[in-house]
Amino acid sequence: MNTALRYLLLGVILIFAVFPFVWTLAIALTDKTAGSSIYAFPQSLLPRRVTLHNFVDVYRTFSLGKYLWNSVVITGLTVAGTLTVSALAAYPLARFRFPGRELIFGVIVLTLVLPSETTFIVNTLTLKNLGLLGTHAGVVMPTIAGAFGIFLMRQAFLAVPAALLEAARLDGASELTILTRIMLPLTRPSLAALGIFTTVTTWNAYFWPMLVLSGAPDKAPLAVAVLKLKGQFNYDPFNIAAGAIIMMLPVLLVFLAAQRLFLRGMEGAVK
Amino acid sequence: MQVHWRQSLMSYTFLAPALILLAVFTFYPLLYGAYLGFTEYNGARFANHLPPQWVGLRNFETVLGDPLFRTALGNSVKYLLVVPALQVASLAVAVLVAKNIPGIALFRAAYYVPVITSVSLAAVMWEWVFNREGTLNWLLRALHLTTPEAAFGWLNNEQWAFWAVMLVTFWRGFGYYMVLYLAGLQAIPEELEEAAILDGASAWQRFWRVTVPLMRPTILLCSLLSTIAALRVLEEVLVLTNGGPLNSTYTALMYVYAKAFQGFDFDYGLASAAGLVVALVALLLSALNFRFFHREEQA
Repeated sequence: MNTALRYLLLGVILIFAVFPFVWTLAIALTDKTAGSSIYAFPQSLLPRRVTLHNFVDVYRTFSLGKYLWNSVVITGLTVAGTLTVSALAAYPLARFRFPGRELIFGVIVLTLVLPSETTFIVNTLTLKNLGLLGTHAGVVMPTIAGAFGIFLMRQAFLAVPAALLEAARLDGASELTILTRIMLPLTRPSLAALGIFTTVTTWNAYFWPMLVLSGAPDKAPLAVAVLKLKGQFNYDPFNIAAGAIIMMLPVLLVFLAAQRLFLRGMEGAVK
Repeated sequence: MQVHWRQSLMSYTFLAPALILLAVFTFYPLLYGAYLGFTEYNGARFANHLPPQWVGLRNFETVLGDPLFRTALGNSVKYLLVVPALQVASLAVAVLVAKNIPGIALFRAAYYVPVITSVSLAAVMWEWVFNREGTLNWLLRALHLTTPEAAFGWLNNEQWAFWAVMLVTFWRGFGYYMVLYLAGLQAIPEELEEAAILDGASAWQRFWRVTVPLMRPTILLCSLLSTIAALRVLEEVLVLTNGGPLNSTYTALMYVYAKAFQGFDFDYGLASAAGLVVALVALLLSALNFRFFHREEQA
């Protein structure tokens, strides 16, 4: 194919992919005191008077800091929980023989294909019974044990040379010591990958946190709150755009920093 | 023997947190949810600690007889139209970005950004695009396809809201499948491509005779993932239109959610029954998808 044509096509698709972000950024940077409308094209796509005031404004008036903090807490707990639970479960599955291992592994694999259309109903009832509905723990707990993390860590642990473990055992190290002092440092890339994937998914999650925290709006993460801001009576697109950019920024930075890992990790799913 | 016993004990201890969480939050809800589909169980019974009451197939009769559910299931099936569009486009884009030309990494990364966007942010941003005064109408006016008088809000329009929601699903999905296809493309040995060129095959012929047959496993995987995702679409609808206008975007899983958590009496039994119907359809479609591509492969 002609190179110029190729770049033209790539450019058109690029506009389709990033236009909403670019426009949102333009709105967020627009000085609203100048009385401009976000729908005044094409000026609204390229703000004449740039300001950061909207970011300050949305932080103050919508108590954005609170929601941001909720997102950080939920994401932090989920990542810590997922890494811990996955590594703990993956270690014996990768390195030991014990009765029921195949069965347990099979059961974990099964979770990938079972139809899960009703789980959110029962999980909500369970959380209510446990008194965890409307808490961050309630959002986090049902999501931290998953086949993906256990798989990923098991694959990583399988690649660690057996001689290292033998040597450590001869030195009298306990299995927990071997896991934390040898296995985890050696599988840091996999841990990082799992951590990054979990961070992005959790930060962006909407449905489950919305459901669990529907009775506790003060505890909602930004992904849920941002729609409440939109619905509030003082609808202010400039502030909402600023809030949207603030919410997107951490994910975008994580993605740009770990881009290779991201795209490779996805490719690994096919090979 | 002693060592083995200790090894087993250690293994179970390490596995315990994962197994307990999976049991409580995955397997129990799957089984109990299936059971609830055959019972009468609602918010009032739950609050008064009354157990679910077995009613046999009554919920299924109610669900299947409910015009709203039929509309919802119909919409969900109609939503499957996004699958071929998404797969053809992703494969085409993957072919487009497969060649290593200057700056290609930037395009690949940019196409992936919608994938890592929260559905709620997508809702905020796309609402401005679909607004009566938004960019889509502006663009159409600029191309002289509409007039200012004919402009409407795409998400508030009974005929167009459905397709507008689907466009957002498409936007959030094509980068994901592009990466999967890209991996498949890069796994094709270059010699095959070169041999075809030597044999005088055109680019089009090479695509259909070499690339597509070798990509069949990836196409099957992506189509399966995409079919199930399309049938289960809920979040986009919830945040963009909440099922409206006039139920034109109401989907099957939205029915499950609404019956369980909206309205006066949370009807967990009925919602579970509806969920089981959706699960059954998903299973059926996966099987069909699999057979379709499997047969193609044998042909």
